[in-house]
Amino acid sequence: MKDISTSIPKVDGLEKASGAAKYVSDIHFEGMLYAKTVRSPISHGKITKIHYPKLPSGYTIIDAKDIPGKNYVHMIFEDWKIFAEETVEYIGEPIALIVGEDKTVIEEIAMAIDMEFEELPAVFDDQLSVIDYHYVKGDPHQAFKTATQVIEKSYDTGYQEQAYIEPQGFVGYLENDTKVTVIGSIQCPYYVKNALKVALDCDDHDVRVIQAAVGGAFGGKEEFPSLIACQLAIAIKKVKKPVKLVYEREEDMLVTTKRHPSKTTMKAAINQAGEITAIQAHIGIDGGAYIGLSGVVLSRALINISGAYAIPALDVSGDVYKTHTVPNGAFRGFGAPQAIFAMEMFMHHVAKTLNKDPYSYRMNYLAKQGDLTSTSGTFRDPILMTEMIDKVKQASEYDRKVECYTKETSFKGIGMSYFLHGCGFTGSGESDHIKAKVKLRKDAQDQVHILIAAVDMGQGAKTTMMKLVSHTLKIPLNQVTFAAPDTDFVTDSGPTVASRTMMIVGGLLNEAALELKATWQAKQEQVVIKDYQQPDYIEWDQETFTGDAYPAYSWGVNIVEVSVHPITYQVNIEGIWSVYDVGKAIDERIVLGQADGGIAQGVAYGYLEVMQHQSGHLKQKNMTDYIIPTAVDMAPSENYLIDNPYALGPYGAKGVGELSLVGGAPAVAMAIEMAINREVRSIPMTPEKIMELMNDE
Amino acid sequence: MNKIRFTLNHQSIELETNPSRRLLDVLRNDYQLTGPKEGCGEGECGGCGVLLDGHIVNSCCLPVGSVHGREVITIEAFSKTEQFNVLTEAFSYEGAVQCGICTPGMIIASQSLLAKNPQPNEMEIRIGLSGNLCRCTGYNMIVKAVQRAAKRGEGLW
Ligand code: FES
Ligand code: FES
Repeated sequence: MKDISTSIPKVDGLEKASGAAKYVSDIHFEGMLYAKTVRSPISHGKITKIHYPKLPSGYTIIDAKDIPGKNYVHMIFEDWKIFAEETVEYIGEPIALIVGEDKTVIEEIAMAIDMEFEELPAVFDDQLSVIDYHYVKGDPHQAFKTATQVIEKSYDTGYQEQAYIEPQGFVGYLENDTKVTVIGSIQCPYYVKNALKVALDCDDHDVRVIQAAVGGAFGGKEEFPSLIACQLAIAIKKVKKPVKLVYEREEDMLVTTKRHPSKTTMKAAINQAGEITAIQAHIGIDGGAYIGLSGVVLSRALINISGAYAIPALDVSGDVYKTHTVPNGAFRGFGAPQAIFAMEMFMHHVAKTLNKDPYSYRMNYLAKQGDLTSTSGTFRDPILMTEMIDKVKQASEYDRKVECYTKETSFKGIGMSYFLHGCGFTGSGESDHIKAKVKLRKDAQDQVHILIAAVDMGQGAKTTMMKLVSHTLKIPLNQVTFAAPDTDFVTDSGPTVASRTMMIVGGLLNEAALELKATWQAKQEQVVIKDYQQPDYIEWDQETFTGDAYPAYSWGVNIVEVSVHPITYQVNIEGIWSVYDVGKAIDERIVLGQADGGIAQGVAYGYLEVMQHQSGHLKQKNMTDYIIPTAVDMAPSENYLIDNPYALGPYGAKGVGELSLVGGAPAVAMAIEMAINREVRSIPMTPEKIMELMNDE
Repeated sequence: MNKIRFTLNHQSIELETNPSRRLLDVLRNDYQLTGPKEGCGEGECGGCGVLLDGHIVNSCCLPVGSVHGREVITIEAFSKTEQFNVLTEAFSYEGAVQCGICTPGMIIASQSLLAKNPQPNEMEIRIGLSGNLCRCTGYNMIVKAVQRAAKRGEGLW
């Protein structure tokens, strides 16, 4: 039998290439109505009047008064409103839905709605901390007391928009007057279902969530879809007809969650020998108007602050700031890209400040097996970073280029980032909150059905899960079926997030397959269910942030080469090299695809993708204003994988999805720093910012 | 209202409609051709790409009146061709399909490119596909797929 990493064609490739795959906007029901959202035009204020025009027959308005259950999107906190009630907290906050048959009539109704507000002061900076965390490793106090030198720098990162090519949306219908079914572009069928139960105040069997083909997500379809689903379900209950709500690009860009802008200050205690003895860090992230997942994003950022390094002592704190802007949320990397950017640049800048060679200086601090993690847990598994660094250094001719480009202001540069990504939920999240359950069913024809809530949003989960099960059962691939999740049939295996799908859900599925194999009875219906059990070694204290924050870590090294135009300061990507340790690839080509796409997003985050707001108005609202890379912007990349099987992952697999994004920005930022010979502490490093740095002298 | 006459996927069409409607809406709503996708609605993403007299156009920016007398091929009909088979084999082999929302447009763009330039070099491919956005792949696998298709489908274009 072939090694499991050997690639197979994706099972849904042809369906997608031929245009046959059905995304939400391709789904139509007889008698279906359309919906449009009425939104707040101001950043902060009291709603003093809403007057709806007289509606033509067949048109309905749905607002907070129509919510059968509670007016919040069930997540972690009860703060994010389904429809604004007394106040509005950001421009674009939903106030009502208009539902009807003809989109033009809906538009006219929208125009005729009369709303008045009493404006309240809006906050756009870091004065309203709504969450703060703090943790300590070792004795940073002592280290700073005895330091011979303290180096301090600050770093900032901007918004990043997921820019999936398929905007968000749902379509849904009512059955027997009671049961609402919604079909959506989603990552987390059970997040949506649980939110619907709270909003509709209904029983488990009165809501059903089905995943349509998902045209990209990247975290953007983690928590936000629950909001649209709640609004739509409330509307469907009221109008008792199928309704579709698909955002146009502009609406999607203006009102959906984005990567949190951040500001980080880093302080290093340096001893006589020029070594770092402790780091003190503070990360502030802009949460937007509602907390949503921001606290969880902040905790991942804080835990990631020492990156791929083992620093003896840390004092780490952070805040989520409330601002009157669109709420920020999940985006591939989930707080890690901001922290890794700050830490990689800081290590580089500390070395330079001390007149040491940055590359060997940083190498000295790379974590080794047995070292303590940032939260005083243990790196239990082998770490192959030295080997990985060698691999990409050689492939990119790194040393020669560094020598060549640092000689003068060559306007060429090459940068290298080291990083890791903790796989799965932070701490005891998997066992305390998620409690994944997977199900395998073999029917009487011996066809094996995978019944899990994991979503294929392009990352290839459908192919890799089917491959995993067929490989373990030693049956042909076509004897395995994996339909898009439908909560009426699949168990809650948790959300498709946090690089957990293969390691955690795949791991459980593999156990289920092994049990099915051991008990296989031909032509008999059989069902195997497996529940998540936390590895015994995990100990985590959520209060103090101590212990093993993650069961396992994936590792990576990125090298990016750039040239900067000496007059326009336009950055051109000349080459990309990367290497990853994801344990074991369940399908090599699929993992390399994740590598290629992730690094493109990470690099673009570092130099290209600009989103800003002015008093709460986002300035970039479509694909013309918000620039993502085209085929011409990206250079050919060489990506490598190395095997380092993780004992508890299926066939040794760890997490993949997010890892490939987190190292892109620091690598490109370091390359630009070399090219222009100026310290880079802010991303995206646009031509305007480069010009400022060049003029600063 | 004047009738709009054009060929759609090899069939003659006569249509009485507002000529300023977007071709994309006509295709998707009137003919249930949902292969062309709306990613941006403003000519940036190429997801709505169709072949107009053999060349890719963004159907979201095209008033249906302007296709009068011309030939429109969508991915639904193109997927019945030998060129499509070669292209999809190459897309699959190179791992060029992730979420797939850009893929019909990418295939149409590749066809449009190869029809003009059957042996494009890497840069020509990148330029040829630069009207089509893909957020998943980082493009390298798509570029390689077009190279592979050009080689394996020699003579087809
Ligand atoms: S939808 Fe037509 S170019 Fe994007
Ligand atoms: S495959 Fe998802 S946008 Fe291209």
